[in-house]
Amino acid sequence: MASCKYDWPPAGQLGLIGKKTDRIDGPAKVSGRAKYSYDINRPGMLFGKMLTCPHAHAKVKSIDVSPALRHPGVKAALVIQDVGSEIQWAGDEVAAVAAVDFATAEDAVRLIKVEYDVLPHLVREENLSKDGDRAKSAGEQKVGDPDKAFADPEAVVSEGFYGAPVITHCCLETHGNVVEWGGPDSVLTYSSTQNVSGIPSQLGAALRAKKINVQDGNIETICQYIGGGFGSKFSIDRWGVVAAELSKQAGGKPVKLMLDRGEDLEVAGARPSYFGHVKASAAKDGSITAWHSETWGTGGPGPSGVPPVPYVLTGIPNIYKKHTSVSTNIGPARAWRAPNHPQACLMTLAALDDLAAKLNMDSMEFFKKNILLAPTYLVKTYQEEFDKAAELSEWSNRWHPRGDKTPGHLKRGLGVSFHTWGGRGHAGSCNVIVRPDGSVTVQSGTQDLGTGTRTVIAVVAAETFGLPVEAIQVEIGDSRYPFDGASGGSTTVGAASAWTRRGSVDALNQLFAAVAPSLGVQPNQLEARDGKVQVQGDSSKSLSWKDACAKLGAKTIHTMGKNPGPCELDSVGVGGVQVADVTVDTETGLVKINRLVAVQDCGLVIDKLTAESQVYGGLIMGVCYALFEEKIMDQTIGRMLNANMEFYKLAGIGDIGGELIVHMMTGPGYDNRGVIGLGEPPVISPGAAISNAVANAIGVRVSQLPLTPARVLAALAKGAVA
Amino acid sequence: MQAFEYASPRNLSEAVRLLSVRWGESSILAGGTDLISAMKDGISTPKRLVNIKQISELGGIEFSPRNGLRLGAMVTLRGLLDHADVQQHYPGLIQAAEGVRSEQLRNMGTAGGELLQRPRCWYYRNGYGLLAMHDGKSLVPDGQNEYHAILGNSGPAYFVSPSGLAPILIALGATVTLHGPRGTRRIEVEKLFVTPTRVGQREHDIQPNEILTEIRVPYRAGVRTATYEVRQKEALDWPLAAAAVALRVEGGVIRDPRVVLGQVAPVPWASPEADRALSGKRPSEDVADAAGRAAVAKATPLSKNGYKVQLARIAVKRAVLSAVQQGG
Amino acid sequence: MRKKREKKEAALALSRRDFLKGAGVTVSGGLLVGSSAAAAEAAVSENVVGPGPVPITLRINGENHRLSLEPRITLLDALRDHLNITGSKKVCDRATCGACTMLMDKKPVYACTVLAIEAEGHDITTIEGLAKDGQLSPVMEAFWKNDAQQCGFCTPGFVMACTAFLMKNSDPTLEEIEKGLGGNLCRCGTYAGIRRAALEAAKAMKGAQIHG
Repeated sequence: MASCKYDWPPAGQLGLIGKKTDRIDGPAKVSGRAKYSYDINRPGMLFGKMLTCPHAHAKVKSIDVSPALRHPGVKAALVIQDVGSEIQWAGDEVAAVAAVDFATAEDAVRLIKVEYDVLPHLVREENLSKDGDRAKSAGEQKVGDPDKAFADPEAVVSEGFYGAPVITHCCLETHGNVVEWGGPDSVLTYSSTQNVSGIPSQLGAALRAKKINVQDGNIETICQYIGGGFGSKFSIDRWGVVAAELSKQAGGKPVKLMLDRGEDLEVAGARPSYFGHVKASAAKDGSITAWHSETWGTGGPGPSGVPPVPYVLTGIPNIYKKHTSVSTNIGPARAWRAPNHPQACLMTLAALDDLAAKLNMDSMEFFKKNILLAPTYLVKTYQEEFDKAAELSEWSNRWHPRGDKTPGHLKRGLGVSFHTWGGRGHAGSCNVIVRPDGSVTVQSGTQDLGTGTRTVIAVVAAETFGLPVEAIQVEIGDSRYPFDGASGGSTTVGAASAWTRRGSVDALNQLFAAVAPSLGVQPNQLEARDGKVQVQGDSSKSLSWKDACAKLGAKTIHTMGKNPGPCELDSVGVGGVQVADVTVDTETGLVKINRLVAVQDCGLVIDKLTAESQVYGGLIMGVCYALFEEKIMDQTIGRMLNANMEFYKLAGIGDIGGELIVHMMTGPGYDNRGVIGLGEPPVISPGAAISNAVANAIGVRVSQLPLTPARVLAALAKGAVA
Repeated sequence: MQAFEYASPRNLSEAVRLLSVRWGESSILAGGTDLISAMKDGISTPKRLVNIKQISELGGIEFSPRNGLRLGAMVTLRGLLDHADVQQHYPGLIQAAEGVRSEQLRNMGTAGGELLQRPRCWYYRNGYGLLAMHDGKSLVPDGQNEYHAILGNSGPAYFVSPSGLAPILIALGATVTLHGPRGTRRIEVEKLFVTPTRVGQREHDIQPNEILTEIRVPYRAGVRTATYEVRQKEALDWPLAAAAVALRVEGGVIRDPRVVLGQVAPVPWASPEADRALSGKRPSEDVADAAGRAAVAKATPLSKNGYKVQLARIAVKRAVLSAVQQGG
Repeated sequence: MRKKREKKEAALALSRRDFLKGAGVTVSGGLLVGSSAAAAEAAVSENVVGPGPVPITLRINGENHRLSLEPRITLLDALRDHLNITGSKKVCDRATCGACTMLMDKKPVYACTVLAIEAEGHDITTIEGLAKDGQLSPVMEAFWKNDAQQCGFCTPGFVMACTAFLMKNSDPTLEEIEKGLGGNLCRCGTYAGIRRAALEAAKAMKGAQIHG
């Protein structure tokens, strides 16, 4: 029973929520009509291009953009990093031009003269002993008495080395903006951003720091569609500020400045690496007793971030962990879908899977037994998910002890992993407008990364008003609309569903107040359903939605929904379990996915279709980083060698395996928690699950991702199955 | 991309006249799938492009048992794949063309261009030249050589020949015709590929003003062919190792085997050692495996590409097994 | 059809010559590309154009567009930057990812790696040409209904590649679909939906023809 007026309707009364609703912006996307920032063409628009530094570490000795400025067709040119600036990674921006077309801008950039003093660099960190003073302690922690636990003669101890390299975001739409000045003090940006509402203040502060006076309120940011973000597009970034400066220099003309693919891969997105030695012990019955890890990683010149190990099983009684952050001259780290979790998950669940193997235990049984070490609120979820995942993966039929003994070179194996994430809705807001003609609009300065934000808003408003989804007009992607937080950390669906619900409930109550007299009842006796406003329990007393809205006369209802607000519409903390079923060709070291199973909880599901798509997407992105992705740096030249989509390998449609099974945990115990974000969780486990499946197939751990033929064959050479 | 002049001649002689005698000044635009990318990367900066797509004599596929197969240089990979005679008589060639796992590239890329595409070595593609030189030294031996050569790498060249068609064409004894200002010459496909020994040398025996006009593939009754690629991705990707085989099985034994490896050396790597391991033997998994072992017996892997020795061995083994399992 | 095209090509060739004469351009090497031997040869050929802008007519979705473009401008950039036809995306820009896929005489190509000048005389179909009057094509409909999209940036390229594939393969298996769409990449991980969409569209498309 609802205890607060904004609560979600009880389970039996849900019409649209939890069902599959087609993406409302789907037709625009599939037909190519959707306009992304990269697609924006403005009258008189100029094309920007930046000159980037070819050295991984250098000081600018001299720089002269005047030859570029003199080139016909060039309308603006500026120095980004002047003499004396120290550059920390190759591909960093040093100068920029804007010209009448892109080819001219490219020609002009070639004319810029820069001299550098080249400084020593480090771009490969996987060998900690060679990292010297670039390696700095990022803290250590001790719980209980791990030394004593490992010394216990009854303990079964497993030790191993595990790791994952730096990978990139590789958003299909590169980073960038179209920026123009509408006058001396107003700026319009079309930005490829996960942070529509946040860009104006970032740009304003950056411009004021350069003595260009503009108030945040005079900056508008538009992003109707974004071609991928994954955590790399929260900032206006230097190139966005540069575009504004170029535009200003060119008399306010619009300037399109998008990174090219090479620039994007080299500088605009990196997930920190994570390597480490882990020792873990368990009692003979399989109860985990101790954890010891010494890990390191790089996030570029800045700190690497500290992955939370031991992952999920934080209740292990004896823990020692130490992390070292290695400063390298590669493009800086950015939040990558579930920051630090995939790395922590791999380190923990690969190491513990090896411990289970040493115990001769079924790894699913082993993890089920130890799941009590997880935070209490997740234990029941995991227990139910383990059972579901076991069922869907046919675990009991297909699992075997380490090393498939089937004759021949094809070895099959199963691996399991699990993960958690927060996902509470961020602070945000919307306008809800109900007009006398019956039209309904929801407006918010939020964004749809492809997660389905627009559709979620429409479903929640439609559910509340008793209308079909098509009746709701959703307007987002413009900073002129009410503020919403950045789409990061799986916080958007929780926020958007909550502020839509609150704004819609308030609007509906105003409508009821206007309609009640004509139906001869009190407003609180009314309900909205099936396109009508009617007396509860008496559908003979009703008005069509249109007629009901006509009762507003000349008045338009205008409410604001906010999150957080009263009532628990959203919540935090999800669990998920995944199983990978793989076949390894031991002659070639090739790993093929037979089946991936994802069992995922996210509280109350709003749109089951886009929710499942998130999980499929997480699995597939997981296949990419488990098998293919690696930012490959050359230590001599200090550059990324595979800054293209040919050798920065992503899975194609034929590489994702035979069968992907997604199961959402719904119903009692889940739905009543409220809405929780889902973007991050499903991408966390695939690396560990696939690595564990490969170990199960071939009987030996492949210590590092991606699981390339080179690494699989090297592992087999050390200790293969018969 | 830097600016260039453009011409689209209608016949060969005009095309040849439009080409420079020096490398770097003019480039032939065929399918463009490699050239245009190289120009965007700034590693190819021709002042003139000569589009040869309008030259009708460069097209066409003809086959007869007597004359074998003639492939016009501008036949697309799709055109090759769809041709019934090629499907019937040269399955190994079909398998090689299928290795280009992109319908778009198959529609654009030409047979001639496939042979003449430049290596994918990432040092080359990042501007360090075919020999990956930096401060007077090759970057490859101490660098990221996971995709580099394991055979034929005793000199300064470590890149691998990228062609997917060349190994099977060489195994079949194919030739190419090159048309230049002094007329035409015909050379074996094997001779088209050379391992550079000094900076500035190309990896193909072709002059800047020569045009590869056609590929001729002999036909021998009873020849079985196969191409096998070890590829990390099912989707568009460069194979990690490949092998092509042409052989006959007569009286239950292998005759005239020809094994050529791809993606393992600066040139398509013919392996007489593998041929000897097969010749006169009854086909079996052990014999195929022996051929694979023989093919890589002299491999000299670098610091990070030892795995390719195994992959090359397996590619040969599987190509041989695939060939012998075909009907006669 | 073919005759018509030949006629048009002849007309185009003529107009190019006319342009050169009319504009008073002597295609002399010294002026344009320095004293290279190649340039000297140029004088003998009236068919050498550029490097400056050249009049180019592109036939896109059944409509002719007259442009003045340097030979180095790609078909993709010509459409996106000069004609504001932006459904085809620029992603890898190196003939790898398929986001720029257009049909050239009904065959899918990577428009990022075709020069606009090469595309003269060919019928170009873009994603905009498949959806006539706002009506989704069967492939688009299937992509939408199977949620074969997330951010949507790869989607037009996939729809084009899938459309071309199904025109050639009316009753494909899943394996054939996977092989046929190997020239396109997605980052969000929509392949599961694309597999379903392609199978469903195959059924819907039987007997149907694409527009343009």
